[in-house]
Amino acid sequence: MSAPHVSSTVAVRPRSAILSGLALVWEKLSHEPVGLIGFVFLGLLILVAALAPAIAPFDPAAQNLQAAFLPPSWAHLAGTDEFGRDILSRLIYGARITISTILSVTLIVGPIGLIIGVVSGFVGGRTDAILMRFTDIVLSFPSLILALAFAAALGAGLGTAIVAISLTSWPAIARLARAEALIVRNTDYVAAARLYGASPLRLLFLYIAPMCIPSVVVRLTLNMAGIILTAASLGFLGLGAQPPAPEWGAMISSGRKFMLDHWWVAVMPGIAILLTSLAFNLVGDTLRDLLDPRHARA
Amino acid sequence: MIPTPPMIDVQELSVSFGNGASARQVVKNVSFSVAKGETLGIVGESGCGKSTVLRSLAGLDRHWNGRINLAGTDVDKVRTRDQMLLTQMVFQDPYGSLHPRHRISRVLTEPIRAMGLGKGWDKVDAALQQVGLPVSFADRFPHQLSGGQRQRVAIARALMLQPQIILLDEPTSALDVSVQAEVLNLLADLKDERQLTYVLVSHDLGVIAHMCDRVLVMKGGVFVDALSREDLYEGRTHNDYSRMLFEASAL
Amino acid sequence: MPAPDQDLILTARNLSVRFGRLARPAVENVSFDLRAERLGIVGESGSGKSTLGRAIMRLLPSIGRASADELMFDGMPLLSTTEKQMRKLRGNRMALIMQDPRYSLNPVLPIGKQVAEAALLHLPVSKAKAYELARGMLERVRIADIERTMKLYPHQISGGMGQRVMIAMMLLAKPRMVIADEPTSALDVSVRGDVLKLLDELVRENDAGLILISHDIRMVAAFCERIMVMYKGRVVEILTSLDEAQHPYTRGLIAAMPDLHAPVHRLKILDRTAIDALEPRP
Repeated sequence: MSAPHVSSTVAVRPRSAILSGLALVWEKLSHEPVGLIGFVFLGLLILVAALAPAIAPFDPAAQNLQAAFLPPSWAHLAGTDEFGRDILSRLIYGARITISTILSVTLIVGPIGLIIGVVSGFVGGRTDAILMRFTDIVLSFPSLILALAFAAALGAGLGTAIVAISLTSWPAIARLARAEALIVRNTDYVAAARLYGASPLRLLFLYIAPMCIPSVVVRLTLNMAGIILTAASLGFLGLGAQPPAPEWGAMISSGRKFMLDHWWVAVMPGIAILLTSLAFNLVGDTLRDLLDPRHARA
Repeated sequence: MIPTPPMIDVQELSVSFGNGASARQVVKNVSFSVAKGETLGIVGESGCGKSTVLRSLAGLDRHWNGRINLAGTDVDKVRTRDQMLLTQMVFQDPYGSLHPRHRISRVLTEPIRAMGLGKGWDKVDAALQQVGLPVSFADRFPHQLSGGQRQRVAIARALMLQPQIILLDEPTSALDVSVQAEVLNLLADLKDERQLTYVLVSHDLGVIAHMCDRVLVMKGGVFVDALSREDLYEGRTHNDYSRMLFEASAL
Repeated sequence: MPAPDQDLILTARNLSVRFGRLARPAVENVSFDLRAERLGIVGESGSGKSTLGRAIMRLLPSIGRASADELMFDGMPLLSTTEKQMRKLRGNRMALIMQDPRYSLNPVLPIGKQVAEAALLHLPVSKAKAYELARGMLERVRIADIERTMKLYPHQISGGMGQRVMIAMMLLAKPRMVIADEPTSALDVSVRGDVLKLLDELVRENDAGLILISHDIRMVAAFCERIMVMYKGRVVEILTSLDEAQHPYTRGLIAAMPDLHAPVHRLKILDRTAIDALEPRP
């Protein structure tokens, strides 16, 4: 009779711990109204991107030359472009491109930067010197120029843009992870782990890397704003996503020719870029306050 | 009567940091031994090299030269598995010596997992009980415990692999006196129960005198005095420095 | 009503400190007087002893709120003094010496300049005179080779010397009251006695009052005329010597310390249930 009772309490405990953890995050978040706005905005953006076909009022690629350059109205909330395509629908579909770019870059850059940084900081000595000099070399390239060179060499396209941005943004993460690893390496709990025979791999992945993850996550979130801007710049220069894909940067690029007479064609995607990168910055700042006690406000 | 070999025997131990001209010798040719079941105290002021001696014994510092013999076998700078099982250490700072992201149950089972001896979940309750903590602490994180409770967990962790030697690096200097008394009593009890050998490093002569059978006074990388328990209680010293230390502590 | 006591330096009546919306005050209804004497405050961490010191200096963090029926320092009601006036008082009429000189000295200023700046700030003197005063004060705290030391930066000197520099800086303006919060805890045993003796000498010279805050009840007893024992924010008793201790908390604290002269097999531990029975707290 008592056995199932015992097992149920054991099973319940971790879940209640997770719930109380979430409640704590919510409690902290409720004291950060600005950060909350950022989180809500990004949540909505992801929702919009996921449900684009259901939400978008028009087909983003459907041309209707009769309806070209219609100013914002109730029928076309953000107006139409030179081919009569609904700009709002294009922005909604464009959110998919933006979010997939950010996710791809983050998923490439995060692990690479973390591993290089943590290994460098933990192993030290010659490995550290070689890895860090290599990082310095990559860091010294201006990121947009390197991305341009890549895009030019590999051919323009969204995939190239993602690779190019990734190549230039991992060093910052690696340096951060290394700095954290250097601190964690010298703590007493790592010394204790050495004493009970924890292998270097165990120390690296179970002791040091987990302690570096919060600051890496914060840095990645703050980087996302920069990724949006770089992706948009590449799109603007015609080296990112290719027409007729509704990439926000490319939309500004094609809209700028009509800027004086039909401002909305270029301004609407500009607003989308501005708001999204602002939201990522807000979320990054808030995450830093929540995850990293050293930056916590009193 | 067959003389039992000492548990710890150190001959001509030197430790230097840095290379060439900038090398700094922190410990200079010290020799000592500790019998099984004995508690040796090393007392000295900051920078005298007492913690370095302890870290060399533990295998954390690899800059040493000389000979270290533990339980009858000479150990190298890189320890074998069996040699690792001999010694464990308790650190000064109870806030820094437990992994902040691990629950107490995980903290206590890590030594068993790292040694590849299984998961060890079944040993958590007994480990907590032997250091006088409630079993329910297993689910907590270190930041949910007080300093004294964390130090008890650190002691329990050190005992998980059943070492014969425990190295104590200022184990109570970050604690309140009332909590210090509890931890010192716990250490004394565990020693009696398990026939442990302790090396206790501290700047507090009161703590050392209470815990130790024998005390070495360290200054500038060498031992300047050796005192027995009787010497301490009767205030007998053999050196100006240890006299000064003694008088300052007996304020 | 009795005539105002001219010797009184500090009077506290029912001083309490609350942090944020916490239910239990960190310091609760503490009353005491300070004359030209040495008063020790002892207790465990969390007993409110440091908070009490900070509250008197009006140096509580922004979420801390101090309240009192009376808190008079040298004829001034401290709780209604403006922050601007407090800044003039601190370091001039009242001084605070903290635990670790490595954190309380400015790391980018040479020692001499730092002490001289303190003189310039609190005394109406010229720059040259300030340096002269600094030199004299450093000599007073027995720093050898003053000219060399004055050019050194804080990280280049030992903890004991740093604390003496701190004392020189704090006592330059001959304050009426000095609060020393664990002034020797970060120092080696061999220099603790010297630092305390020095502090005592200078405070006596100025006919000032000293509040010594420490966890070490024996050290406080050896050094102070009166000992105020705090537990969970309240004063449990005020003693003139340890032999008078009545309260189980005070007796427990004394018994818990290993004593070089009175060896015991097991140390006594605090009987917290007995203490809490005497000192009911939520």
